[in-house]
Amino acid sequence: MSLKAFHLIFITAAITLAFGCGIWGLWDFWSPDGRGWDLLFGLGSIAAGVGLIIYERYFLKKLKNESYL
Amino acid sequence: MDIPYTVEARPDTGLYNAKVGIWLFLASEVMLFGALFSAYILLRVGAPAGYWPEGWLNVPLGTLNTMVLITSSITTVMAWASLKMHQFGRFKLFHAITLLMALTFLSIKSYEYHDKFTHFEILLKDGRFADGHIIERAPDHIVIHGRIVNDEKALYNLHEKHIQLKEVTIQRSQIKSMERYGPWHNTYCALYFTLTGLHALHVIGGAIVIGFLWGPGSKLWETDPERFTNRVEVSGLFWHFVDLVWIFLFPVLYLL
Repeated sequence: MSLKAFHLIFITAAITLAFGCGIWGLWDFWSPDGRGWDLLFGLGSIAAGVGLIIYERYFLKKLKNESYL
Repeated sequence: MDIPYTVEARPDTGLYNAKVGIWLFLASEVMLFGALFSAYILLRVGAPAGYWPEGWLNVPLGTLNTMVLITSSITTVMAWASLKMHQFGRFKLFHAITLLMALTFLSIKSYEYHDKFTHFEILLKDGRFADGHIIERAPDHIVIHGRIVNDEKALYNLHEKHIQLKEVTIQRSQIKSMERYGPWHNTYCALYFTLTGLHALHVIGGAIVIGFLWGPGSKLWETDPERFTNRVEVSGLFWHFVDLVWIFLFPVLYLL
């Protein structure tokens, strides 16, 4: 597996983590003890996840000629 | 004599030798970290209800470190892509940023470790517990920034959002025992320091290799650019593995 393929796996894992953190943060914010930090953390994580998806598409386009092996 | 298959793929594996080597090494690393993760999960599941620490770590700092490592992975792969496009100057720039990110990660981790090593749990002679960071030491008393609780169980869950910390003066004659939040403090601390310490050692190792390829090792680019590009790819694979471990460590230790 090449660095290109491993990078795609890593970025996909990071996207999953970002959306997971986003849901976790928003869940905490809407709980009875919710704080502003939870909202910031949740929205920031979702924004990071969206940013990583955009980056992943850019990366695939930039290295389209590189092998996955 | 030339070493074979440093650049072209070996017919039976379809890969150059260093790539086979790094993947074999990473397979052993998966087993090492997998065993430690399993130990963490089993010990956590087996802990008595209410006695597993929650909220002991600084989530904003952990989040920052996660962002730092994700950025470093992007710059690592960009450094490799730059070499593929014969842009050596851009390689130097991206790898310098990777090194900077590695040092930032280690600095933040050191700060977190320092915070734990200056944090004390103090058992008082009346059976209560004082908990916090020492801000003043005198011959007859100490002052901590923390709190006093009646039950040790109250110290385990810091997700409680109404915990008030303040300056508390404790006479030394009141103290039965006191202990830092080091690896010896409890099972959670032992696992936290083992997992993150081993990970930090990997970050240091990776940073040394990347630093070598950025500095003296980059001379190979002038004589054998394809082999140098392969070396950068192999170091990048290791770096991605180290970052992927953190992607799992962060939610497990900081959030759950």
